[in-house]
Order: sequence, then structure tokens, then C-alpha cells
Amino acid sequence: MDRRQFLQTATLPPLAVCGAGRGAAAAESDAPFTVEARYYEKLPNQKTKCKLCPRECVIDDHERGYCGVRENRGGIYYTLVHSRICAAHADPVEKKPFFHFAPGTLAFSVATAGCNVNCRMCQNWDISQVRPEQVRATRISPRDLVQLARQYSCPSIAYTYSEPVVFYEYMVDAARAARAAGVKNIVVTGGFIQQDPLRELCGCVDAVKVDLKGITEKFYKEVVNGELKPVLDALVTLRKQGMWTEIVYLVIPTLNDTDQEFRQLARWMKSELGPDVPLHFSRFHPEYLLKNLPVTPLRTLERAKAAADAEGLHYVYLGNVPGHPAESTYCPRCRRAVVERAGLMVKAVHLRKGRCQYCGQAIPGKWEG
Amino acid sequence: MSQGPPVSRRGMLKACAGLAGFGPVEGKSRVVVARDAALRAPGAAPDSRRVLSLLDHAVQAFFDSDSPVEAWKRVVRPGEVVGLKVNCLAGRGTASTSVRLVEAVCERLQQAGVSPRQIVIWDRLSSDLESGGFRAGSFGGRIRCIGNDEAGYEDELSVFGSAGSLISRSLTRTCDAVISLPVLKDHGIAGVTMALKNFFGAIHNPNKYHGNAGDPYVADVYMLPPIRQKVRLTICDAITAQYDGGPSYMPQWSWPFNGLIVARDPVALDYTGWQIIERKRAEKGLPPLRALKREPVWITTAADARHRLGTDDPKRIDRVEV
Repeated sequence: MDRRQFLQTATLPPLAVCGAGRGAAAAESDAPFTVEARYYEKLPNQKTKCKLCPRECVIDDHERGYCGVRENRGGIYYTLVHSRICAAHADPVEKKPFFHFAPGTLAFSVATAGCNVNCRMCQNWDISQVRPEQVRATRISPRDLVQLARQYSCPSIAYTYSEPVVFYEYMVDAARAARAAGVKNIVVTGGFIQQDPLRELCGCVDAVKVDLKGITEKFYKEVVNGELKPVLDALVTLRKQGMWTEIVYLVIPTLNDTDQEFRQLARWMKSELGPDVPLHFSRFHPEYLLKNLPVTPLRTLERAKAAADAEGLHYVYLGNVPGHPAESTYCPRCRRAVVERAGLMVKAVHLRKGRCQYCGQAIPGKWEG
Repeated sequence: MSQGPPVSRRGMLKACAGLAGFGPVEGKSRVVVARDAALRAPGAAPDSRRVLSLLDHAVQAFFDSDSPVEAWKRVVRPGEVVGLKVNCLAGRGTASTSVRLVEAVCERLQQAGVSPRQIVIWDRLSSDLESGGFRAGSFGGRIRCIGNDEAGYEDELSVFGSAGSLISRSLTRTCDAVISLPVLKDHGIAGVTMALKNFFGAIHNPNKYHGNAGDPYVADVYMLPPIRQKVRLTICDAITAQYDGGPSYMPQWSWPFNGLIVARDPVALDYTGWQIIERKRAEKGLPPLRALKREPVWITTAADARHRLGTDDPKRIDRVEV
């Protein structure tokens, strides 16, 4: 079973209708999922300007923004995906991946349809690149989501799979409900978001993983259909707000895999975010509109890690290469493994109160979640 | 797809030779602009008989035919399932394809041998169709009206250039041939919307293709094989056109053009319609679309060597006014 089939079928028992499925979609009513958007501007002639993501779509009446999940109805801008969950699973936090956040725990992971970019390598395009009415979904209110997380013994909720920025209102409402109930919130995002909504989000979530998809504007324009600068700005803001942040860089053969790019990425991270932000170099698999490219060779990933290590980053990992030593966390002082991993499994944790049990070095992270 | 007896290769070639819409357009591309100043009384809806007459004038002029039915027989064959791709995004109002025009097309299709059960009126959403006046059960209850949301989309992506989309099953599975029935109007992002852009209503993700004023997306989407191969003729509804504020209906920027624009070449049609809109904008003191950064450059892209969907060279467009 491939990843796409898994996403389509592997749903939790209470969520029997979740998962991608098109065909003749049920013509369900939007009403239960329609909530006025929080970040937009009203313009003359019943137009609206979205202020959630840097794209700032100007939208006519009856039209939707680039994300496909926000619609102008008579000059009022609505999200159509509040509580409209199309995928839900209990995943290890390592799958997100978060390597410095509550290792070995489960995150109750949810998504709605939609995305504010269109990456040619998207692994979840059948939920991210569709409109909400084109995929099966079920209603899970913020309160129900918190209950499900508890029911499945998940100490955190992950907003993930598609792009949580486009279901911002739901994410914020759910995160507040979860926090009040003692459940943590983690976000997996492309980071293509405006500053005001990002700051509000920082007030109610516990960790953010950003997919930094490349380190040049050219790559963002041609492969991501987005912009790099707002993503870098978002990363800086996350750090300034004290948010626990990890970064994934998907290494795609021929498109973003030069030593120069790896070094440029690491230098920028070290100077703007500091050396302690974990960086995951992840292996690409051909999918969506990039089926013509091969799987990333292991030697390319190792070259990327070597470049980032040489630039002075402390926590550089390789992803999608199960069993590789670079899946584990090493103390930057004594070089002993402090969190041993194999694939998504945590084999051993050698930390005491966030410090290396061998030499006492502080290892940054939210180890207790 | 409709079921019929097996056709030999020779029979297929022979049959296709008489039909419009196959292969590249040789020589000049004909674009017929047909108008009728008396199409409607002031403030009134268009008269059905005059709309039919206007359609006949336009189609006959396009095919140099003395008979409207004979002209339509060069577009479709009996036994084919014919899709009418309307544009109802703007709901009921003059920014959506006119019901009277569609009724007229249906009448002539039936006279050309297409049974009512083999005519399918389709667009993106059933609710759009309904708000545009195309309800299931209308047209005597025998002609189908169906949105892509009910028909569904293919599971596999169709890809060309910047476009990667799932295509409506109405187009891929139901219809053998498509008559495109867009509306002549301004578009706030892409500049204008007519023949080429009408097929944003055939894909699952049109919201992804409005960046850079629609270039090259509009051209790339039309290149997707099911679209490029099945559209036989475009009849652009220019009964009431709109020169600003589109694609939503904005009565203050609409005007009674009282016409239809007919072509096989969607690029030539879009170029011709674009010029009509620019002239009206100039007449009303509005800046050209280029000044607003929404010049429809995708028309030129659609004509380039990579696409070859038609011509935007006025010297190669045979514009016929009737």
C-alpha cells in the first residue's frame, strides 16, 4: 500500500468518512463548516482581500482564493473548512517530524482540504490541492477534537498533512480548547503566513515545524508557487516569540540539492535562528507533478548533512531513511546518542531534565511536551 | 462515452473529414461576429426567435452554409453525446450563458440528429447551473444538466506545462463532443474570459491558475487532452457583454452588444473578443487592461509554438461581420 492509499483508507474508527475520495462527491451543505474569516479586508464592489497569507488574494463575489477553501459571499469572506476534517490519524510525533518535542508520544493529527501553495512535489496533493467539497470529510468540533485526542492517548494535537494556515480559524479555536484541557498543540506548516495571524497563533500552540522547501526565490516561484521571503520572516518571528521550531528541507534531485544551497540554508539558520534549531534533510519520493525525478540518493542527503554540520548547526537529521544513524539525536558536546531512533520508533532516551545524561549538556527542546 | 457500432479506420477518417474542430486550423481562422440590434426591446430580455435567428446567421456564416441544420451537421454526428459547456459562475443574470441561447443550440442539435438524451449541459457546480437557470428537469426533462460536483472528476491527473488537474467526468466519459458557450466579459485577474478560460470550469483546481494574470495557465489548461480534443465549436454569448468588474455580474459595466461570436479557433475568438472589450473600455474612458496589469497575455501564449491552439495574429484572422 503506498502513502496515498494509506491516507485514503487508514482512518480511525470514529472517523469512518475521513480520507480522500472524489468521484461523485456528496453535495453536502457548506453551512456547518462556514465561519467568517478572521483576517481579511472589505473592498469596493463587494470584493475582499485576504490578509491571512502573503498572497493577499483579491476575491470577487462568489469567488474563492488561491487556497480554494475561502469564499467571498456578498462581500463577506468565509472559511468553508471550520471543523471539516478530511484526514485524522494518531501518529508518532516523530512522523511530523518533531525530534525535540515529547519523543515517543502520539499526536492526534488532523487536516482539512486546501493549501495556499501548489508544490510540484506535494505528497498529499489529493487533500491539499482540492476544494473541500471534492473530498470526503466529517465534522469534528474543537471540543470533539480534544476528546478524540484523549481517547487515543495523544498528549498533543497536530495540525498537519495539508496546510493548517488555510484552516486557521479552526486551528486557533481547537488549540485554545486543547490548551484549556491540558492537551498540547503542534503545527506542521509551510510557514507562508502573514505576521499578524502568526503572532496570534504563537499565543496558543506549543511547537511549529516549518517546511522550508528551498532557499532561493527562484525555487519558490517555479516549484512551490509561493515566495521565500515571507517564510523566512515567519521563521524569525517564531524564534522571537519563543516558539519551539524545527525545520524540514526536502532534498529534490536537480532542483535544490547543491552544496551551495545546503551551505546557504545552514548559514542563514545559524545567523538568524541560532545553531540549536533542528534541521531535517528529508528524502524525496516522486509524486504529483514531479514523477519524472528519482528518489534522492542517500549520498546526496549525507552531503547535505555534512555541509550543515560544517556550518555549525548542532542538530542535523536525515529523514525518510529508516535505520540511518542520522535519525538519532547526539549531544553536541560529548557526541553520545541522547535520543536513539529507528524510523519512527524511539529506542532509548538518555536525557535527564533536558540534559545529556553522560555529560550534562543542555539539549534544547520541549522534551516533556 | 456513448456506445455505438465499431468504426473502421477509413470510416472514421471519412466521418471526421466532414466535422469541424479536428486538427490544426489551416490558413486563416474564421471568426464570425453576428449582431442583431433588434434582438430585444429596450430593458427587455432577448426574444427567443430572434436569438435562434441570430444563431443561425452566425453558424451559417461560419460554415458558408445555406441551411442551419446542414451547418450543424458539420459539427456533430447523430449518435454522439454532445456537451454544452456553459458558464454560470455569475448565476442568473447577463454575466452567465443565456438560457435562450442554449435552448436555440439544443433545438438545432436535435434537428441535426442528436437526440435530447444525448445533450448534456454542464458546468462546475450544479448549484451554479441552477442559479443560471439550467435545472435538472428543464428543457422538457430530457436534456441533462449536471455539475462537475455531481458527475465527479477523474482520479488521475492530466498534466501539461504548469497545469496538473483532475478533469470532469462529464467531459472525459460522458461527452463525445463539446460546444463551448462562454460569455464575453472582463475578468478582474485574467483580463478577459471567453473561449479558453471557459475550461477552468472543467477542472478541479481553477483557483490555482489565476496568478500572473492567468499566464500561462489558461493556455496550459486548454492543452489538457480531453479539452483540446473534444471542443468542436465555440459560440460566445455576447448578447450582453461586460467590459469591467467581471467575472461577477456588474450591471453598471454591462452593455447590450446583442451578438454572438463563433469560431473553431479559440485563440482567434479570444483575441477578437478582447479587442471588443478594449474598444468599449476606451469608449468609456477606462484604461487598457495592460495598464491594470491584467492584459490577457495568455492569448499570445496559446498561439505560441508550444501550444499552437490557434492564432492571435489579426492578419491571420478572417473576421466576418453579419
